[in-house]
This record gives sequence, structure tokens and C-alpha cells, in this order.
Amino acid sequence: MTSFLALLFRDIRLAVRAGGGAALALAFFAAVVTLVPLGVGADLRLLSRIAGGVLWVAAVLAALLSLDRLFQADYEDGSLDLIVLSPLQLEATAVAKIGAHWLATGLPLTALSALLAVLFDLSQAGTGALVLSLLIGTPAVSAIGAIGAALTLSIRRGGLILPLIVLPLLAPAVIFGSGAVLAAQDGLASGALYLLTAFSLLCVLLSPFAVAASVRLNLAT
Amino acid sequence: MSIFELANPKRFMQVSAVFLPWIAAAAAVTLAAGLVLGFAVPPDYQQGTTVRIMFLHVPAAWTAMMAYGLMAVASAIGLINRHPLADVAAKAAAPLGAVFTALGLVTGSLWGKPMWGAWWVWDGRLTSFLLLLFLYLGYIALGGAIEDENRSARACAILAIVGAVNLPIIEFSVDWWTTLHQGESILRKGGPLIAPVFLWPLFLMALGYTLLFFALWLVRIRTEIVNRRARTLTMARAT
Amino acid sequence: MTFSLDVEDLSCIRGQRALFRGLRFSVDAGRAVSLQGANGAGKTSLLRLLAGFLMPASGTIRLRTDGGDIEHAEDRGKFVGWFGHQDAVKPQLAVREQLAFFARLYGSGRNPDEAMRTFGLLPLAELPGQYLSAGQKRRLALARLQLCARPLWLLDEPLAALDTAGKKLVAQTIVAHCACGGIVVAATHEALGVACETLLLGDG
Repeated sequence: MTSFLALLFRDIRLAVRAGGGAALALAFFAAVVTLVPLGVGADLRLLSRIAGGVLWVAAVLAALLSLDRLFQADYEDGSLDLIVLSPLQLEATAVAKIGAHWLATGLPLTALSALLAVLFDLSQAGTGALVLSLLIGTPAVSAIGAIGAALTLSIRRGGLILPLIVLPLLAPAVIFGSGAVLAAQDGLASGALYLLTAFSLLCVLLSPFAVAASVRLNLAT
Repeated sequence: MSIFELANPKRFMQVSAVFLPWIAAAAAVTLAAGLVLGFAVPPDYQQGTTVRIMFLHVPAAWTAMMAYGLMAVASAIGLINRHPLADVAAKAAAPLGAVFTALGLVTGSLWGKPMWGAWWVWDGRLTSFLLLLFLYLGYIALGGAIEDENRSARACAILAIVGAVNLPIIEFSVDWWTTLHQGESILRKGGPLIAPVFLWPLFLMALGYTLLFFALWLVRIRTEIVNRRARTLTMARAT
Repeated sequence: MTFSLDVEDLSCIRGQRALFRGLRFSVDAGRAVSLQGANGAGKTSLLRLLAGFLMPASGTIRLRTDGGDIEHAEDRGKFVGWFGHQDAVKPQLAVREQLAFFARLYGSGRNPDEAMRTFGLLPLAELPGQYLSAGQKRRLALARLQLCARPLWLLDEPLAALDTAGKKLVAQTIVAHCACGGIVVAATHEALGVACETLLLGDG
């Protein structure tokens, strides 16, 4: 457990220090979301209608932005060798890395989304559903993204391939997440949050195995 | 002869050389028969003559799904048994699957224009297939980006398996999404209610597409095996 | 305490090329081996095989310990102290943070400050890694190796980028590790400066 926490805190520390991805992801999230009204116009009725979808898509993209270095940085400077030889099982290493990414990126994005929802005149119910859905759904983004990051860790332009691999796999999260917001705005019961929870749980439970297998194969060359 | 003897590339080359022409010929015959029958059936009373696009669209979609399934199975075998032939088979299936998916999308779009008045409608099935196309493209891109043959094959295998686990969930979520945003559509699950006269050509076309896929798959696997052998010989001569 | 490394019939194939075949050697506790050979002879590959990153084409690598023989690659890795040709130094983290992290990750219970004192890093303790010179990074890596408290040390070019004093420090560290009953396998171009056996890869 000490090993696990050591890795978790070290990754969070790296993410929030200068040059880490956490602050960049937040800034990217805010910038993308700001561009949308400039593109579609200032009609608040339209904006509040698309708010859930826009914020969800932007949050996924922002989280992906900081994901490509999740394993690559440690691979390039040799740290990954040392981490793999540590007493920590590789699957537990994957969980620590996913957890650190979520705490440093997914959670702040969720908090920021509540603020950005104001720009879209999202109703109170809608904002509540948005924050809750991001809270439930961003772990899935980190978990699935970690698979892509581990698969592409040795590729120099891995950051370009990662979204292509990961985005279609994340379609259910975007669908259920933004669907929950839309249903809440209309005052409907949709069950989207339950489906999102199931999806997120499945991703978080299964992805450490895929991540560990990918890291293993990439070190074996 | 067991399936494992076939896994020997040399044996595979011998056996596939015998079967390939027959499969290709069977594909040509069934596709021709399917097309002729497809044009012979009377037009649908609702959709008119555009219903014939169904004979091109539905089998393409079906073959694209089957290709992903076969790719995932070959990947699992390659990953567990470390067998190069399985790796080659998985990799060879991907571009074919992508092409059949694209064919399904194009024919679906052509069918959509007269039906809905738009080239693209965010119908559940079309959306799923668009996502499937991206899954294929991601797989192909990953395979191309990793130079080491072994590493590339195993990375792709993991991605194919992750994709295969996720695909039913994607399908389900897209279905859920269409019910949230719009009503039923014509290309609903299982296609429109099919009149019995349409069944024969549809069946023949499905069989033809499947045979065509297998014929092309065999050609691609054989090409890759020959390429690898040539590369090994060239390298052996150089040293 | 019994501890030894036995390698039998080890073969390594990279790509289409066999780097070595039928390699056989054994190292007892307290001994150091200098691994020599031309570039591309497979020195780094052998170290990665021993560490369990690579799977051998054939042969076995066995660790004999008090708790029985260990052959499985990932179990073997839990005995390995790795010193690669990369420094694994994070530019954003201070020297003390980096060492404290690895001491906790490896659960060795050793004190980072002592290691820093041994390797002359104490004055740099609060300095972020990006400001370290190449030699200082190597010393940080050495301090980390000692902190991790593993019995089987695998060193890849431990003398690179070090001045005379630094090389002496490496030799002292190796001697101290062997004195505690550890094993050292070091791939190197130059003389290690300690009493050791030599294993020549390639041709022979």
C-alpha cells in the first residue's frame, strides 16, 4: 500500500508541477468551451440545449490531451523500468497511474465544468446532472485513455494516434453523460446515470489488465 | 488433419493454395446470382426500387461485424499461443473490415437520400458503423506506427480485444441514444420488415460477401507470409 | 544466507538475429561480473533478460535464495536493482523527492538523507532534477540503486559520464554491495576497478 500511495502521489505531483498536464488540460477545456458560443452564436436557448454535449466532449478531449504522456514520459527517461521492478504488481501500478490522472485531471475538470455551465445558462438540474455525470464518467475516460497511452508509449507521435484509438471506445461515456444532462433539463427520468456508472465500473475494473499487458509487451523489446 | 497443423505457415500455404480458387469462384457465382435475383424482384410498395440497395448494404454491414469478430479471435489466439500465423491473420483482416464498413456506410447513405432526403442521418445503425470504422482505423494506425513486427502484432491484439469487449456496449449506447433523440427509423435492427421475395437475394448476397471476404483474407495472409519470407531471405543474404 | 545466480543454455534472438546461444554462467553471493563485448554483442539484452523484461528464446535464469529457487521473470524482478543507461531523473522533482519516492516505492526502509550523504548529494537535496549535471544525475541514480536495497544489481555502463572521482565512487559502491553478500553484473567498456570475473559476449 505504501508503494501504491508513493506512486499515486508522485504522479499527482508531477502532473501539477510546471510542465505537467493538469493545468494545461483545464485551460484547454475552458478555451474550447469558450469557442463554441463564438461559433454557434449567443442564443442562450440554443446554448443551454447543447451545453451538456459540448461540455462532455470538451472534457473528454481535455483529459486526452494530458494522457499521452502517462507512460511515455516514464518510458523515455527509464523510470518505467524501475517502476516495473518495484514490489508493486503491474496491474496495481496501472491503477495508481489511472487514479493519479483522474485526481489531477478528471476531478478538476468536473469542478470547472460547474463554473463553465454558467456560460451556457444551464439550469440548476442540468448543472447537477452534468457535475454528477462527469464525476462518474471521467474515471472511465482515464481508464480507457490509459490503455491507449500504454499501447502507444513507444511511438514518437503517439499523441496523434491515441485519440483515434480511444475516442470511439469512449462513445458510450459521452452518450450516457450528455444524455443524463439532457434528461435532467427536461425533467425526465432516463436511467443514464446508472448506465454510465455501469460503464465506468467496467472500464475501471478491466482496463488495468489491458494496461499491464501493454506495458509488458512494450518493455520486452 | 487438425487445425494446428494448418497453423504451420508452410502447410497453410499448401492448403490455402488449393482452396483459394474455389472460394473465389464460389464468391463470384453467388454474388452474380444474388445481383441478378436482386434486380429481378418486384419493387417494394413503400420504398420502390431503392429497396434493392438493401442487397448491397445489409451484407456489407454484416461482413464488417464478422470481420471484427474474426480479427478479435485471431488476436486472442496470437496473444495466448504466440502464433505468428494468427498475428498475420488478424492484421490482414483489418483493412478488409474497414473497407466493408466503408461500403456499408456509403450504401447506407445512398439508401438514406431517397428515404430521408439527406445523405446522412444519425440513425442508430449508421452511427454504430461510423464508430466501427474509427475502431478499424485506430487499429490500422497503431499497427503501422509500431515498427517491431512482434510488438506491433501484440499491441494490435490487445486493442482488438478491448474493442471487441467494448463493441456491444457501443452498439447498446448508440441504440439508447437514438431512442433519446429521435423515433424509429427505417434501417432499424434486422432491417425493414422483409417480404419473403427479398429473402433469397439477400441470403445469396450475404453468402457472396462472406465468401468474398474469406477469399480476400486468404490472399492477404498469403501475401504477408510471402513478404516476410522474402524479407528473411534478403536479410540472411546480407549478413 | 544462500544467494546465487545461475544461467543455463541461455539464447537470445532479437529480430531475426541470434545475439548469443547456449550462454552458461553462474555467480555466487558477494561476487561481481564484468560483462564485456563489442557494441551490439547483446550486453544490454542480457541485462534485460536477467531483469526479466525480455523472455529468452531458450534456457533458464535461476536465482537460488533461502526461500527456494526463483525462475519466473516477474518474481525474479523483485530481487533486481536496476541501473540503466538512462538516469530516470525527473526534471520537475527535487533530488530528495526523487530518492524518497523510490525508497517508499521499493519499501526498503532506507533513509534517503544517508544515501545523499554517501554520494555527495546532500547540498543538492532541494534542487530540481533539471539543474543537475550529467555526472550528478549518475550519482543520483547510484544513490537510488543503493536505496532500493535489492541483492542482484544489474548495471548498464555504470562508468559513463563520470569523472575519476565518480568512477572511484562506483567501484566503492560495488565493493560495499558485494561485501554485504550482493551480486553485481555490470556491462561495461572499461575496467570496473574492482576485483571481478569477466564474461565476454560475442564470438566466444
